[in-house]
Amino acid sequence: MSVKATIDGQEVTVPEGTSILDACTQLGTDIPTFCYGPTITPANACRVCMVEVEGSRVLVPSCSRALEEGMVVKTGTERAEHSRRLVLELLGSASELDRSSDEVHGWIEEYGADSSRFGPDAETVAQPAKVQDDLYVRDYERCILCYKCVDACGVDHQNTFAITVAGRGFDAHISTEFDVTLPDSACVYCGNCIAVCPTGALEGKIAWDMKEAGTWDADAQEVTRTVCSYCGVGCNLDIHTQDGRIVDVTSPLDHEVTLGNLCIKGRFGWSFVHAGASEPEGAAGGTGS
Amino acid sequence: MFGAGGGTSSYQEIEETDLIIMWGSNAREAHPIFFHHVLKGIHNGARMFAVDPRRTSSAAWADVWLGIDVGSDIALANAVGREIIRQGLTNEEFIREATEGFDEYAEFVDDYTLARGEEITGVPADVIQQLSHEYGSAETAQLCWTLGITEHHNATDNVLSLINLALLTGHVGRYGSGLVPVRGQNNVQGGGDMGALPNKLPGFQDVEDDALRAKFESVWGAEIPAKAGKHISLMQESMDEGVLKCLYVLGENPLQSEADSQVMEKRLKGLEFIVAQDIFLTATAELADVVLPAAGWGETEGTFTSSERRVQRVRKAVDPPGEAWGDIEILSALARAMGHDWITPTAEEAWDEMRSLSPLHGGMSYQRLDDMGGIQWPCPDEDSEGDLFLHGRLWERPVTTMKAPFFPTPYAAPVDTLTDEYPMRLTTGRRLDSYNTGVQSGRYASPRRIHGVLDLSPEDGDSLGVQEGQKVKVTSRRGSVEAPVRFDRSLRPGLAFMAVHFPDDLDVNVLTIDAWDPKAGTAEFKATAVRVEALA
Repeated sequence: MSVKATIDGQEVTVPEGTSILDACTQLGTDIPTFCYGPTITPANACRVCMVEVEGSRVLVPSCSRALEEGMVVKTGTERAEHSRRLVLELLGSASELDRSSDEVHGWIEEYGADSSRFGPDAETVAQPAKVQDDLYVRDYERCILCYKCVDACGVDHQNTFAITVAGRGFDAHISTEFDVTLPDSACVYCGNCIAVCPTGALEGKIAWDMKEAGTWDADAQEVTRTVCSYCGVGCNLDIHTQDGRIVDVTSPLDHEVTLGNLCIKGRFGWSFVHAGASEPEGAAGGTGS
Repeated sequence: MFGAGGGTSSYQEIEETDLIIMWGSNAREAHPIFFHHVLKGIHNGARMFAVDPRRTSSAAWADVWLGIDVGSDIALANAVGREIIRQGLTNEEFIREATEGFDEYAEFVDDYTLARGEEITGVPADVIQQLSHEYGSAETAQLCWTLGITEHHNATDNVLSLINLALLTGHVGRYGSGLVPVRGQNNVQGGGDMGALPNKLPGFQDVEDDALRAKFESVWGAEIPAKAGKHISLMQESMDEGVLKCLYVLGENPLQSEADSQVMEKRLKGLEFIVAQDIFLTATAELADVVLPAAGWGETEGTFTSSERRVQRVRKAVDPPGEAWGDIEILSALARAMGHDWITPTAEEAWDEMRSLSPLHGGMSYQRLDDMGGIQWPCPDEDSEGDLFLHGRLWERPVTTMKAPFFPTPYAAPVDTLTDEYPMRLTTGRRLDSYNTGVQSGRYASPRRIHGVLDLSPEDGDSLGVQEGQKVKVTSRRGSVEAPVRFDRSLRPGLAFMAVHFPDDLDVNVLTIDAWDPKAGTAEFKATAVRVEALA
């Protein structure tokens, strides 16, 4: 079954169940969002992707509302843009967005979002980064509570359920059970939360160290697609190299075997390649080499 | 299976099947991303049975866990087969049209009553019955296994006993129904595909077939020995007989990975000449006369084949260190040093020659592998997109190719018997963050690492009077090791577990038995009889 609707005056026909956001993407209309991901069930958490739907009293989150037959959607109205600007400002006021993607920085500029207008005393989630082992860093001053990590750890992919949202209101935060350290938690270090984090709140230790040290240079990196060297499942890996050294390993979101997911060995078990060599510049140890 | 050695199904099928059986497989830890597909299946409503001596983290997801006694799989399979027949849950049309030998099989398994099954396997009769009924009546079912089935002295019979069940019920050759051996190593499937087997040429073509051999000889410009060679267990026998005197080891660590490592050490030390080609100076390489430093993963080009028969490109991301060379460079240079006129082909050139000779791979150009994100064999030509599942031919009417044979498989107990002197069963396996002898995986700082320990049930800990962390002496008929105890509630009393990853600290293969399967050559890593004693 397909549905026919109108987006910004253009007629569009999509399979039933397609979200407004996906339909917009097909038309080439860019809708800003943090919490949406192609491999994650929409959590409808960040509220950046709002659009106007004719006949609807309130704005509609395009990531989690399916396009309906005859729907008339307007993405670029003043009301929608005002809402997006305000939400971007609020997110940027409470959390550090400095390590978010270029896309995010583009939206902030495009919408003229100015987080500083809330003044120097605005509440933030600033806190020391949690560095509790040699593989992961949880740098929650960058967290916007998009829930993607929770869903990747939960039923969407890993089904380990090591993290969820604890607390209420402004105190809501991502936590392990009883707020124990990651090594003491149920976490299995697959890093599938890192793979979906939109703001750099979750990072591999080497990448985080290098970003802190200012030696991480994404423009100077090469990405090589290959297959994991461990078990026989055939997970695709993207090896990120800088100055002839592996600095990170990810998996493509669009590969049907992994959907971007890996296990601890695939994501972190590659340091044997550089056994005996020194750490990449800025990395503070932990590859075991 | 039935000719070519590979799993019949694709991962996507397990997401849509009705019944999943994980038999001797702890995929949650050993194949985590395969288990993601299993979990999707479970969330989509599939029932799951886990057959495993341990209540593993995979079994924790099962609707029903069959805590089988180690090494009794054939008795269980035969009892399931008998029950399926007795309840009239066989697929009679499929058996008649697509299989051979049903009558002999039915007669053979008639001895394996539910009561006898329970007696041998320790699985309650009503649970055996439940598995039989659900497998026999499911619309689609995926039967998956790994080393819990194959690391036994009767590995081949274990596998055949499972294949029999698929033939009884028609759970093979259809979308959603298949037989799924999940391969343990990145390219163990590809190694077999490429003819790294003693009896096969690339594409599972029989080396003793004159016409097939002649085809390869004409392209290779060399004569190929007309008889099958020896698998690793037969090689060891030949070392004992003093016939095999020289060993060339590529990317293996047999000193630590083979069963009964003390005997293995004597064997290796008794050889006249060992060449080791590896990315590290492994324990085996330390015994070698010549060590050839090889470039490894991330440093060379090629392909791996996964457990769903998917051939995928492997690429070079960094330069190899120091004097290390790629395997193709080393082998080509060696051939030239021996006086042969070999070039050093690129990985793609070597691949193209191979696929000109292997019908399974004929259509798999590097370009197509890139464009299609890998291709699942068979892919005979460049119009073929590969096959999601194998043996659809068994559902053609009439079946024009070879029918699938039943193989009656007798139960045989593990070679290392339990006695008063050696009363406890020790089994081995992997943990999530580690891999084989730890040559690769031991080099990253895993927060989840559990170093060399003996896992015991808390009940056995009580009866031995030992606490967690306390050292015990573990003795088998071949040797002893000392290890700290870790309690694991996934173990039942009488069953102990050791991981294989830390041979330098705790060499489990001092204990294991090198009894091996005469057909496949795999050793019985999974079933060792031991005695555990508290140390003062």
